[in-house]
Amino acid sequence: MSTVLFDTPGPKARMRHRIYAVLGILVVAALIAFVIYRFIDSGQFSGRKWEWLQYSQVQSDLATAVLATVKAFALGAVLAIVFGAVFAAGRLSDHAWVRGFCTFIVEFFRAIPLLILMFLFYYGLPTLGVDTSPLFAVVLGLTLYNGSVLAEVFRAGIQSLPKGQSEAAYALGMRKTQVMFTVLLPQALRAMLPTIISQLVVLLKDTALGFLVTYPELLYYARYIGSQGDFGRPIVPSTIVAAAIYIAMCLLLTALATYLERRNRRSKKHIDTGAKDAADLTAAATGGLRGGPF
Amino acid sequence: MDVLLDNLDLFGPFFLTTIELFLIAGACSLVLGTILAMLRVSPVPMLRAIGTTYVTVLRNTPLTLVFAFLVFAYPLLDIVKIDYFPTAAVALTIYTSAFICEVVRSGINTVPIGQAEAGRALGLSSGQILGGIVLPQALRSVVPPLVSMLIALLKNTTIASGFSVAEAGAIRQYVSERGDNQMIALLWVALGFIILVSVLSLVQRSLEKRWSVAR
Repeated sequence: MSTVLFDTPGPKARMRHRIYAVLGILVVAALIAFVIYRFIDSGQFSGRKWEWLQYSQVQSDLATAVLATVKAFALGAVLAIVFGAVFAAGRLSDHAWVRGFCTFIVEFFRAIPLLILMFLFYYGLPTLGVDTSPLFAVVLGLTLYNGSVLAEVFRAGIQSLPKGQSEAAYALGMRKTQVMFTVLLPQALRAMLPTIISQLVVLLKDTALGFLVTYPELLYYARYIGSQGDFGRPIVPSTIVAAAIYIAMCLLLTALATYLERRNRRSKKHIDTGAKDAADLTAAATGGLRGGPF
Repeated sequence: MDVLLDNLDLFGPFFLTTIELFLIAGACSLVLGTILAMLRVSPVPMLRAIGTTYVTVLRNTPLTLVFAFLVFAYPLLDIVKIDYFPTAAVALTIYTSAFICEVVRSGINTVPIGQAEAGRALGLSSGQILGGIVLPQALRSVVPPLVSMLIALLKNTTIASGFSVAEAGAIRQYVSERGDNQMIALLWVALGFIILVSVLSLVQRSLEKRWSVAR
């Protein structure tokens, strides 16, 4: 742990640390005070800029926008997990052509920026005569990108399982598919659950990209409210509100991940994969070729 | 092929802007991220709390929102006017440094205790141990995840195209204004990113080979 970096401080060092702490607080406080001063000075904290929050119409529209974000997230999450499971199994297939195909797909979608994927489905497809909608583009983009990352996570999870698991299943006379879907994948899912959920946090954050393909989600609504002259163009307050909602949703998901990790460690069914924690496996899964977990 | 050749005057400069944005934001977020990591392992609880708060908030905020705040809201505060390109670089730096910080911190945890203990036995201060002994080893051991973060940063630069920066993500818009096929233009952009990402992966492998710590 990092505590080895320094001794237990003596009286002199404690004094020094106190000075550093005070300096740190001063710098941060000065920064925050300056920003708040600018806010007040430019009238961002005036009641008029915030009264939009009191209108019931605005509140229900805000709720609709949050629901739109949650909808894109829920659809994307479910589809990405299915996509990930299928392609992880595909990458571990015995048939070289299945392996090759799945590897190609997974590497391909991990190397392309998510926004370009969404543009492809929103602006590109209509040129081929295919009808699309913003929701379709957002969900498909989220699914393909995060599904590919999850496929790598699942694969790392499956490979980290003790060999005895699949050997025992084969010894019982199970087929390859049975071994994969009834023995290996469920255990890998359980072992990788914290990592999977932190990838879902990424997915939740990426729904905000929908803003750029005109999907009417939370950020889109914040921008819309922020440009309303009737409310005094409250773009600063509305962005702050949107940020608070996003951060709250992500922290909830992260808290869920922490909770599951703790419960996992207690459970007897949990198989110790030898890795120190899920983060190591994530690093193994995503530290490879393309793109980190965000 | 025609779409690419007819619009080379777009693809060239726009991808150059992307690379420029990536290099500037990458260098800045490496520096800021390392400083944050140093804060997070410092002996002063207050500094640790500052680092932790920064990382928690930024890791849970969508990058698009960071952009939206800096582009739409920041100018209203009347502090210093910044152009679109530097704004994008700042947004990417603020966001990416939180992730870099976590990677560097995990690297610091992989350095064997004996290294810091030996430093202490020689009478070095905690700052000297961190800067002279632990950090150089930590940075070398986290090259793969660090480059992964940089690859993610490279892909994230496309978001700047939604906020008035003329870079690779914006090629689509200009091509469509000229009446060419957007789909094909987007596929070329995708190919461009695959090439850039592959180059970074190669850099990562050679760095890994050269810098890996023998333990």
